[in-house]
Amino acid sequence: MTLALETQGLVKTFGGLTATRDLSLKVERDARHALIGPNGAGKTTVINLLTGVLRPNAGRILLEGSDITALPAYRRALMGLSRTFQINQLFADLTPLETIALAVSEQRGEGMHWWSSLGRDATAADEIGLLLQRFHLTEVMNARTATLPYGKQRLLEIALAIAAKPRVLLLDEPAAGVPEAERQDILAAVASLPRDVSVLLIEHDMDLVFSFADRISVLVNGALFVEGSPSEVARDPRVKAVYLGEAADA
Amino acid sequence: MPWYEMPWRERTGIVGSLYDLSRWRWGEMLFWTLALMAILLFPHRYLILTEIAWLALFVLSLDLILGYAGIVSLGHAAFFGVGAYTAGLLALHHIIDEPVLALLVAGLAAMVLGFVTSFLVMRGADLTRLMVTLGIALLLRELANRFSDITGGFDGLQGIVMQPVLGLFEFDLFGKTSFIYCLVVLFLMFLLARRIVHSPFGLSLRAIRNNPLRAAAIGIPVNRRLTAIYTIAAFYAGLAGALSTQSTALASLDVFSFERSADLLLVLVIGGTGYLYGGLIGAVVFKLLQDVLATWTPQYWQFWIGLILVVLVLIGRERLHRWTRWGPERIKTILDARKSAAVAGEKTP
Repeated sequence: MTLALETQGLVKTFGGLTATRDLSLKVERDARHALIGPNGAGKTTVINLLTGVLRPNAGRILLEGSDITALPAYRRALMGLSRTFQINQLFADLTPLETIALAVSEQRGEGMHWWSSLGRDATAADEIGLLLQRFHLTEVMNARTATLPYGKQRLLEIALAIAAKPRVLLLDEPAAGVPEAERQDILAAVASLPRDVSVLLIEHDMDLVFSFADRISVLVNGALFVEGSPSEVARDPRVKAVYLGEAADA
Repeated sequence: MPWYEMPWRERTGIVGSLYDLSRWRWGEMLFWTLALMAILLFPHRYLILTEIAWLALFVLSLDLILGYAGIVSLGHAAFFGVGAYTAGLLALHHIIDEPVLALLVAGLAAMVLGFVTSFLVMRGADLTRLMVTLGIALLLRELANRFSDITGGFDGLQGIVMQPVLGLFEFDLFGKTSFIYCLVVLFLMFLLARRIVHSPFGLSLRAIRNNPLRAAAIGIPVNRRLTAIYTIAAFYAGLAGALSTQSTALASLDVFSFERSADLLLVLVIGGTGYLYGGLIGAVVFKLLQDVLATWTPQYWQFWIGLILVVLVLIGRERLHRWTRWGPERIKTILDARKSAAVAGEKTP
């Protein structure tokens, strides 16, 4: 069985700083995989390498068996690799309706259609409608994204990643900064992701990690530190030491 | 069946809302009705009306790249100039005598230049783009100057005689044909632009302007889309240049001038970016202001244009809109209050 996503000996340096150190990570198909680690462990760098925002200094990245190391970000997205951002990266002047309609039309390969009007196709309209409904965005769908409350923007952030119909989804701290009242919406959205989508979750919130993941990789100083099932990782004394050490330092 | 394939459009207002995005508004119809009525209303002002029409088309071109795709340019006159000279040379040497066909060829010539230079413009961010576009326009101006045996140098192309539009409509002394011709071209090109900006392609441009990082992350080939719209915009600018040549039977070096590119930005800022009408309204306001101020104070009219621009930018267009709406809305509230008071008065006795 091919892996959904794999890195082989990935290295990324920024000047003298090594952010990713010989990282070989395997995400199984249909996995619920979490990548955790203390602050500054290089988790977001890994996501940026995987999605093509950054280029690695060495190593390879395989998406469902094919080498994507040299491909630009948009090609990877079209091949089914989608992500959310730790800090919302939305289209401030667009409404949620336009945002989702855009992602759906791009996914359907209609991005260069300059003559047709948006979402006139019934199946496309269905997809757009269902996504907005699922992420509780229907009532705000005609408001400018910049004016939405943070929780709604966070939901749109995830909805936008899902709209691309990914085969592998990278979630970068989806619940970060979301007020308690809207947190449940985010957690429910994450929990009800389609089963046939492989997910790599990066998160600080241990409750979310342990309720969601069936496999956990711990990243420390850019290198893979420990990997295993949630119970194995929870019992591992080295992981405790890293987290407690961090807590003691802080 | 996967969840994203279930029928949902009936249960949400989605279809209506999508339709609303590209619906014709009342204001738009009013605008074009007024533009059409200008033919009858101002028979003595055809010259300035014609200038407004091709300037509007030129600004529309800048709005497509700046207002929608976020590409800044200080050298848009490059495409205007290529269109202007192409149309001029075609007519002067009787290569293509029919104006509409010559117009299209001029537009295509500018389009080719737009496509080629787009690759230079895609490199780098805003400041680089300003410099590159500025440089290209200056370069073309000097080339036109150098090859004065073709372009006529500072004297420009002289002795152009325009043939009737479509072989039917003779250009007249009052400029009526010119104006109607320019207005029709403007309207058709506006319809096309309107179609483009409301298409999935147009939406992707707005997304790129907002956040190119995220646009790439959802599978949008950012540079390819920018190249496409830059090329289309060059076509528009080329048409505008050709119209200016055809309506004045003149093309000179100043079609490439820096002032032309800078004025263009000014006009778009006056009208507002990113809703297509900004360019059209800006062109009307700018030309009328120029006309009024130039009669009032021939030497210092640019001072007043400058002052108006500074005030406009400082106040901000949104606030200005609120102020202009404040008056009518205030009157409406007072009238409503009186009406309800009167109704209440009738009920009480």
